[in-house]
Amino acid sequence: MLRSLSLGAVLFATWLLLSGFYDDPLLLGLGVVSTVLVVYIAHRMDVIDHEGHPVQLSFGGVMYWPWLLWEIVKSNIGVAKVILSPSMPATPVFFKIKSSQKTDLGRTIYANSITLTPGTITVAIDGEDFLIHALTREGAKGVMSGKMDRKVSRLEAPSETPA
Amino acid sequence: MTTTLLDVISWAFLLIGGASVIIGTLGILRLPDVYTRMHAASITDTLGAGMIVAGLAIQGGFSLVSAKLFLIFVFLLFTSPVSTHALAKAALTAGVTPAGTDRKSGKGAEAP
Repeated sequence: MLRSLSLGAVLFATWLLLSGFYDDPLLLGLGVVSTVLVVYIAHRMDVIDHEGHPVQLSFGGVMYWPWLLWEIVKSNIGVAKVILSPSMPATPVFFKIKSSQKTDLGRTIYANSITLTPGTITVAIDGEDFLIHALTREGAKGVMSGKMDRKVSRLEAPSETPA
Repeated sequence: MTTTLLDVISWAFLLIGGASVIIGTLGILRLPDVYTRMHAASITDTLGAGMIVAGLAIQGGFSLVSAKLFLIFVFLLFTSPVSTHALAKAALTAGVTPAGTDRKSGKGAEAP
């Protein structure tokens, strides 16, 4: 129930943000109707859960996103160097790692974070085994160091993995 | 004075973004196979798109336009890994031989 209310609040805030009209009763009314309709349908489909609307990640996400963005900038520079150097020192490699996340949501966040970082792509997932393609061996070592894995596990379950 | 400074910062972001997109394109042309080319493409939709959106947001100032630009960036960050992963997995399933390996498929390739 709380999660449905939270989803409704987020949806209506998005409506306000995208419309930009705050004093037109018709537009506000349409916004309320759409919000209620979408929340009702989502409730009927039973998708308002810890995966469909993961509010439990809000606080951890605020800490995780800036770190991930900085990692993305760093690895962008690495990949750009490979592309721009005349000899093009790419050492592409496939490798497998084990992830430490316990839920599908945590694994999805980890896999998407790896893919979002240039130089590494999650190609396949089988349970906790990830098949990853890296542009360089250094990039592969970066993933294998497991720093991102630990960060995502902490984001997924802050109480179980102490910092 | 402040507007000039903001313009300079905004243009710096836009130029970095444009340069990233060019580097990404160059990478797609230069790198040897589909897997490595995907790495180059991801420069375009992370640093390239991010810097251009940041530059435009500075032009927009603290307004609805900037909020919408921010939303565009967030949606890009959520959707681009999904399409990249789908493409990579399709390539692997179709048996595309990765550059730098002798094997037919990349399965079980060696660790660095």
